Amino acid sequence: MAIVFEKTKGLSNVETHYCPGCTHGIIHRLVAEVLEEMDVLPKAIGVSPVGCSVLAFKYFNIDFQEATHGRAPAVATGIKRVHPDKVVFTYQGDGDLASIGTAEIVHAAHRSENITTIFVNNAIYGMTGGQMAPTTLPGQKSTTSPLGRDPKHAGMPLKISEMFATIPGTAYVERVSVHDPVSIRNAKKAIRKAFEYQVAGKGFAMVEVLSTCPTNWGLSPVDSLTWLKDNMIPYYPLGNYKTLEEVK
Amino acid sequence: MAKVTFNEDLCKGCELCSTACPVSIIKMDKTKINAKGYHPAAVEDMAKCLGCANCAMICPDVVITVER
Repeated sequence: MAIVFEKTKGLSNVETHYCPGCTHGIIHRLVAEVLEEMDVLPKAIGVSPVGCSVLAFKYFNIDFQEATHGRAPAVATGIKRVHPDKVVFTYQGDGDLASIGTAEIVHAAHRSENITTIFVNNAIYGMTGGQMAPTTLPGQKSTTSPLGRDPKHAGMPLKISEMFATIPGTAYVERVSVHDPVSIRNAKKAIRKAFEYQVAGKGFAMVEVLSTCPTNWGLSPVDSLTWLKDNMIPYYPLGNYKTLEEVK
Repeated sequence: MAKVTFNEDLCKGCELCSTACPVSIIKMDKTKINAKGYHPAAVEDMAKCLGCANCAMICPDVVITVER
């Protein structure tokens, strides 16, 4: 028998602090596998955000820089401009990217910085205790919207991928999910493409990954996958939103 | 002929692997408690394993190694 699946060298042996069933672990693994398969682990530099994935630097077997809340794209801009031969990416949640860090990410994309962004959207603030995020769905309960998000008061959830597809500087924008093995395989393909765009020097590439938060959604890990599929995907449709041109 | 191995002490008992298994052979082992305090995932009848690696694909803690 031959080994058909084992832990990638791109991940360290540190146990993650994520709650049981949190899909951050899957997304970490996909990024690490892509970097290993592209043979760029020695020259990859990640930038971790503030949020649940604040400790991502411990879990990857590559160089990492921690950024202040929302400022990962600004830090990644600096790293990439000083080290244009490195593969630089930010790993950010929705509280980090779609709220406090909106200015930084929009302008990094607008300048078409040659970096890759992995945007993890779980429709809630995880680390701080389940508050309403810009991405929280209408009617979704959170600690700051105990009766459910009221769009009259809080507006409709922000559709980041759709918005970024309209920015002239973006080269590649795709939304994927990790709620079942098929979607996980598709997510990996999209993440690989986003890194290939950077290696080819095409400019800003972003993959939005729909993710779960069983603890703050108040659901079991298995029910969270179903909730994601039934509630998030209809509002946040999966698919490619922008492809500048094919990268060979 | 296929085999899955679980790094039991890293398992958080989230059960995602059991939902991804097409032949439903993964269950949480209620007779065991691992170092983290969870019932770890285990396979009841390894002879039925297809080696599809769906379980490993969805495991958030990279607990699973698959051989085929």
